[in-house]
Amino acid sequence: MKQTLSVLVENKPGVLSKVSGLFSRRGFNIYSLAVGVTDDESVSRMTIVVDANDVVVEQVVKQLNKLIDVIKVKELNENTFLTRELALIKVKANASSRNEIVQIAQLYECKISDVSPTAMILETSGTTDKIDALEIMLKQYGILETMRTGAVALEKGKETI
Amino acid sequence: MKKITGARAMHECLKLEGVNVVFGYPGAAICPFYDLLGEETVRHILVRQEQNAGHAANGFAQASGKVGVCVVTSGPGATNLVTAIATAYMDSIPMVAITGQVTSGLIGSDVFQEVDITGACEPFCKYSYLITDVRDIPRIFKEAFYIASTGRPGPVLIDIPMDVQLAELDFEYPDGVSIRGYKPKHKGNSKQVILAANVLAQAKTPVIVAGGGVHLSDARNQLRRLSEECGIPVANTMMGIGVLDDDHPNKLGMIGTHGTFLANSALHKADAVLLVGARVGDRAVAKPGQLAARAKIIHIDIDPAEIGKNMEAHIPIVGDAKAIIDELCDRLAPIKGKYETMTAKDDKPRVRKADAEEVGTFIEPRIFVKMLSKSMKDGSIITSDVGQNQIWTANAFAVNGGRLLTTGGMGTMGFGIPSAVGAKTASPDLDVVAICGDGSFQMSMNEIATIVQHNINVKIVLMNNHNLGMVRELQQKHYHGHLSQVSLAGSPDFIKLAEAFGIRAERIESMDDAQAAIDRMLTHNGPSLLECQVFPDEPTP
Repeated sequence: MKQTLSVLVENKPGVLSKVSGLFSRRGFNIYSLAVGVTDDESVSRMTIVVDANDVVVEQVVKQLNKLIDVIKVKELNENTFLTRELALIKVKANASSRNEIVQIAQLYECKISDVSPTAMILETSGTTDKIDALEIMLKQYGILETMRTGAVALEKGKETI
Repeated sequence: MKKITGARAMHECLKLEGVNVVFGYPGAAICPFYDLLGEETVRHILVRQEQNAGHAANGFAQASGKVGVCVVTSGPGATNLVTAIATAYMDSIPMVAITGQVTSGLIGSDVFQEVDITGACEPFCKYSYLITDVRDIPRIFKEAFYIASTGRPGPVLIDIPMDVQLAELDFEYPDGVSIRGYKPKHKGNSKQVILAANVLAQAKTPVIVAGGGVHLSDARNQLRRLSEECGIPVANTMMGIGVLDDDHPNKLGMIGTHGTFLANSALHKADAVLLVGARVGDRAVAKPGQLAARAKIIHIDIDPAEIGKNMEAHIPIVGDAKAIIDELCDRLAPIKGKYETMTAKDDKPRVRKADAEEVGTFIEPRIFVKMLSKSMKDGSIITSDVGQNQIWTANAFAVNGGRLLTTGGMGTMGFGIPSAVGAKTASPDLDVVAICGDGSFQMSMNEIATIVQHNINVKIVLMNNHNLGMVRELQQKHYHGHLSQVSLAGSPDFIKLAEAFGIRAERIESMDDAQAAIDRMLTHNGPSLLECQVFPDEPTP
């Protein structure tokens, strides 16, 4: 089962490797990990999606809390948080397929960020499920490459970590 | 404010942290620090290989309750220290390891003796620093000692490039630390303690299992009081040896693969188990799931991540064992039950498996260790190596109020002699004896030179069975008796070797000579080696 953790860490060199190292060392599976600086420059926020049962997630949280550079860890409860992922998808597109792809792009609220004679790049943000669905639709035209950021998440309402 | 160099600042920090001895080995990248060693500064013990500086700091820390400090150079100096850092980490020993590093501008270009030591040690180091600004030295030293010694103790690594040691700063030592991601919880939750007291009051066959955390928390007296006032017997893990004196009626001995009949039987029959500062390692509790299904588990640990990691805990209590045990005792004593747990009187004496006649010309290691223990001053220290010698020593250790220093988690061969160097440095008035096997001895026998150079009165007992006994036994039992690379033929004459180092040495082959030889060793005013011939087929249990 996928669970989303929001983690505040010190914004300094080596912290990302400490966190990712912990996952590989303890045999935890990371589904995705996204990191960026917060409004406080000395703090970064990580959104980590793990694929694990409750017992393992409890261990993940405890082991993360044990890292000295980790300031706070919160398990986000389903439905009470907002999650988004940014994706850039480069798909084969020639004169005959271009219109169809543009239609799909509109359907999925994508931006068309680059067009060339044989390919185009679709840019979209949304839930992981939405981007998965978009990929399925684009596969028939031939996806050349994909870049996804992994999920970023915040709790809804005025709750903070 | 007066400007001083980073190297001078390092010495100042050590002084302000109350460090009076460091164990180390110099090299180019740490020379600015070594250049300032002198009578006014910390005492330096020069070891013969960097790993042993770490083990000596470990022994020092365990014997003194303070943070042990070791100092080495960059590259191979630092990588040699890796095993010692991992050893300290597994056993939660407070240690600060200082490594020199190449000049900061050259980091990453693979220059001579450069290695990413903070990266290498990341998985088994409580925390690590690579200092890039000389002005950070005071804060980082303050934090390093704080982190190493508080919460669940452990090793902290400080890597200092040579140019940072030579740069100047306005030195001011901070009064305290402020680390927002590190706030160890020391006080236990009283509600949980009350729950625990109720469970223990209702139990019929409760057992206390004491781990190394009891020693780290200095809670030996509190634990004894709990056991005596509430009538609950105490088993221990390898790291918890010595929490009760050997002749204490409530002592059950060591649990686990190499534990005693009594401790394992009592644990098997327990309906409630109070784990104190024990992490439920695989050698202590082979099937934690079964134990948790039979008994109510109360788990006291200062590290919340240890509770529930290897075994489910019905009542977790996070905090420092000392105060929690005291509170638990106060709450349990008035409501305690009438317990039917096994105690020392239910023990079955062990039946020797080795051939009795052959043993006549050999030393029986368990009887020897007990004899040695009883001959040492109360409170004295035995260190052990790893292999059969460790288990013989663990189960026969009987120094009243004493400590057994050993590597329970990592099982690091070669630990015995250097940790004894550290322990004797911390406690010069106590007897300190290292018990080695002939395999482990040859991993750190070079440290006899350290002992001689610094006149450290350490006694070494060498259990010589001419083999890597424990691996040999494993191969006999589980590899169809195919003995592969376990013979240590080619070992030197250890008596001549010791004499070449200039220390007293003696060999015994019969238990008839044991007591007199022990007395001669302990009363000799200086380091001494006692080689005991042990039957090669002497079993571990």
